[in-house]
Order: sequence, then C-alpha cells, then structure tokens
Amino acid sequence: MTAAVARNDQALSQQDALYDYCLRLGDNALILGQRVAEWTSNAPTVELDIALGNQALDLFGQARMLLDYAGRVEGKGRSEDDIAFLRDVLDFRNVLLVEQPNGDFGQTVVRQFLYATFASALYEGLSQSKDEELSGIAQKAVKEMAYHARHNGEWVVRLGDGTEESHARVQAGLDALWPYVHEVFEADEIDLAMAEAGIGVDPASLKDAWLAEVTAVIERATLTLPETDWHPDGGKRGHHSEHLGFILADLQFLQRTYPGAQW
Amino acid sequence: MTQTVAEPEHLRSAFDAYVADEKKIEPKDWMPDTYRRTLIRQISQHAHSEIIGMQPEGNWITRAPSLRRKVGLMAKVQDEAGHGLYLYSAAETLGVSRDQMDADLMSGKAKYSSIFNYPTLTWADIGAIGWLVDGAAITNQIPICRCSYGPYARAMIRICKEESFHQRQGYEIMMKLCQGTEEQKRMAQDALNRWWWPSVMMFGPSDADSPHSAQNMAWRIKRFSNDELRQRFIDMTVKQADYLGLTFPDPDLKWNEERGHYDIGEIDWDEFWTVVKGNGPCNRQRMAHRTRAHDEGTWVREAATAFADKQRARQQQAAA
Repeated sequence: MTAAVARNDQALSQQDALYDYCLRLGDNALILGQRVAEWTSNAPTVELDIALGNQALDLFGQARMLLDYAGRVEGKGRSEDDIAFLRDVLDFRNVLLVEQPNGDFGQTVVRQFLYATFASALYEGLSQSKDEELSGIAQKAVKEMAYHARHNGEWVVRLGDGTEESHARVQAGLDALWPYVHEVFEADEIDLAMAEAGIGVDPASLKDAWLAEVTAVIERATLTLPETDWHPDGGKRGHHSEHLGFILADLQFLQRTYPGAQW
Repeated sequence: MTQTVAEPEHLRSAFDAYVADEKKIEPKDWMPDTYRRTLIRQISQHAHSEIIGMQPEGNWITRAPSLRRKVGLMAKVQDEAGHGLYLYSAAETLGVSRDQMDADLMSGKAKYSSIFNYPTLTWADIGAIGWLVDGAAITNQIPICRCSYGPYARAMIRICKEESFHQRQGYEIMMKLCQGTEEQKRMAQDALNRWWWPSVMMFGPSDADSPHSAQNMAWRIKRFSNDELRQRFIDMTVKQADYLGLTFPDPDLKWNEERGHYDIGEIDWDEFWTVVKGNGPCNRQRMAHRTRAHDEGTWVREAATAFADKQRARQQQAAA
C-alpha cells in the first residue's frame, strides 16, 4: 500500500480529495480513450473500427464531464482543456492499465474488458454518490461501461475459443495485462476518504465480484487465469509507465506549441 | 418494373422509359449490364473513398487541440466508416460481394477519390478537408439523392445530411483559426493553398473528356455535368473564403459579370492524372496502411468465423 504513504503526512481537505478523485476517474477515461482512438482505420473490420470509435467517444465524453467537474471543484478557473492539455506526467492520476499499448486486437480487447468490467461496477456504486454531480455522471457512464464490458467480453470468448492462433494471442494479451489489475483495486487514503464521506467507492470492495465476473468469461473463453507476483502501481500518485509521456506528447502537442491559442 | 417483355431490346427500351419517368430501379428489377457495372464501379469507389478518407483525418484524432474538437473529429471519422458500410451494402444489392470489393481496392483495380492521396500536415488541414473536400463532395452528392437506383439514392440521403454537418464543422474550424493568432492564420492559408486545386479537381475531367456522361445522364445516375457542379462549388466557396479573409492560390480567379460566375485559371490535369495513376504524395502510404490493417486483422476474422462454426455445431448437437 505504497500509495497511502505518499499522502500520509498531509492533511487532505475533502475538496482536495474530491479534486484528485475526479482526476483519477477522468484521466482513466481520457488516457484509455486516446489508446482506443489509435485504432481508427486500423481495426480488423470496418464494423470493429466503428465499435472501437464508439468506445473512444464514450470515454472522451466521460473524461470531459469529469475533468470539467474537477476544474470546478478545484476552484481555480481551469477548464477541461486546461486540465487535459496542460498537466505533465506527474500530475496524471490514471492507473497504469489504461496507458498500456494496444498490442494486437486481442490485447486491446482484454484491456477494454478488464477495465470496463471494473468501471461499470465502480460507476454503479458512484451513481449512489452523495455528490450529485458525480452521481449524475456515473448514471450515464455506467450504461456505457456495462456495454463495453459485454462487447469486449464477447470478443474475449470469441477469440479465446476461436482458432489456435487467436487463443494463443488473447492468452498472451491477458498474461501481459494481468499484473496491472492489482493497482486498479488498491485503495489509498483518497479512495478511503471519499468512500467514508459517501462520495466515492472503495475499489477494494469491488474486487471479489469483479474477479467472479472476469473468471466466468475467461473460463468460457477456454483461457487460463494468469498468476503473477508482479504488481506494478503508482499511477494514482503520478508515477507512471514510460508510455504515458508519449501519449501526452501526442495529446498535448498543439496546446503546448501554441500557448494560449483558441481552437 | 415489369419483366414480361422477352427481347432484351424491349427490356432495354422499357428500362430507359422507366428511368426517364423518374421511377426507381430496385435490386430485383431487370437492368442493363452496363447500368449495373457503372453503378457497382461508382458506388464501390465512393465506399472506398470513405474508408481511405478515414486515414488522413484519423491522423489528427489523438492530436486534436481540444477535447471538443477531438470528439467532433472522432465522430466525423466514424460517420465516414458508417457511410462506407451503407455504400458497400448498396453495392452488394447489385451482386458484388464485400470481399470482392475489398480485394479490388487492395489490388489497385478499384479506385478511390484522389483527394485522399494528399497529406494532412497541420490541424488546419482538418478544417480544410471538412470545408472544401466535404463541400465538394456534397455538391457532387446532393443530385445523387435522386439517382435512379433506389438503394444508392436512399443511402445518399442520409450521407448528405451527415456530410453537411461535417462541412459546417470544418468551416467552423477554419473560422476559429482565421480569428486566431498569426500562426493559426498561416496554417489556415497554407491549408487552403494546398487543398484548393485538388478539391476543384474532385469533380473529375471536363465534360469534353468525360465519355460516359451522356449515358449516365439519360439513366439518371448523373444529373449535372462535372463542369456545372465544379462551378457551383467554386461560386459557393469563394464567398466563404472571402468571409474568412483567405486568398486563393489562383491569380486568374475573378468574378465574370457576363456569366454570373467566377472564372478560374487553368486546372493542372497532369497533376490530376499523376495522382489517379498512383503517384500522388500518399497513394502508396494509403494503400500500404489499408493492406496492413486488413492483413493484421486476418486472424481476428478467422477466429470469429471459427467460433461461429463451433457455436453452430454445438447448437446442432444440443438439438439432436
């Protein structure tokens, strides 16, 4: 639980915690959206290109609402774009899972499935949040993420139980991403403070149901649940994988090159 | 459409009279082979253009300058994929398979609009494509909403609605740039400079060099000549550029009082044919990209088929 230590000596106000909490949710959506958008014109079929584009659009829509709200909670007059385009790696709060490269279609489908299954449970909890704004956003997002979980789960099964090659590829994708799951459910001080205040959800409380749901799909897909003792983390406190810097270089290039310009 | 007349000549004259009467031909109706082949060529070429067009615009999704612009561009590129699908379906009603059309695109046998063989170098190119390329496309496509072939006409109605939204979105991007910093204005002007002539060429060769025009007009596949449509686009666009404060890369562009239209300088048809024949700036890149995406997706398509087969076998076994 290294994440909790980082903030131990600071007295966090509820406002600070809520700001950070919104960033975590918003950054997860934004960075995953960037990754999914990279598939545009590259998917195995035009139909899948459209399906991936839909997922990216849902994620960008969630990111906009969450980062806009983060800006209002922060109270310094920053817009969704200021927050998305003018922070560096250390201030991004997404988990490492969402910044991992697309790999092949199998790996992408696994990543989307693992994340969406978590996010739909999280948003379901958040739709009961005492924070009305967050609850409103969650009520919209839960439907989207439940659909992503179903769509990608079906593809995990199709690829796992498809051909020998597709089985091997999707298993490799699962093996590569499984270590990053741990961080997603790791609760730190901010998660716990938000859960206690009835605003947020303790992610650790979602893990058992999530694992049961994921295991059922993995079994239907004839895949094997990986075992690993490597549990990389740090995203929630700004310590990311090397990939994030390149995502931000793409994302932020115009805003950084032409400071203050309106688009 | 009745199919009682036995002689092909009679069928043909009945067909001609039927379309001349502005009635719609549907997939199961008799039609001349040339009509069918012309439409397959035109509709599949249009579909391929939508699919290849996703590349130059998709190029800017991860780099769009604001979240609003990112969502707008992502949605636009998705619309294009959707247009590709409607159009492939319309072409399939004429008896060509999707696999065949894919293969023809990747072998280079089928063409797509040459405009997508130009690169998108700056964000302003996304504005210019929406404004100019989609503007030209709409000018071309609105008359196709009245095409004699029903499935194509109906697909075009929806496509035109979405294209006109894209065009406004593109113009709005240009407007914002032209109201912006000197660097943004430079981007906008440079994009107009690069996209203007290729957009003007989108209407195809002059009427004098367009051998199939008369037949396509008689068949109500085409309603206006290439030059008429080109003129309509130019007249509309010059005023829009004036409003933006941009200039055209054509010293001969001027209002012709007598004609009531703008005159333009000579179109460089050598450039047009160079790009059509495969030597534009991005022809090779676009085809390599499309082929790579297709090849890299082979295992996924095979897996989906294998899984569907297994499912079917399991259901049959369970039912037995």
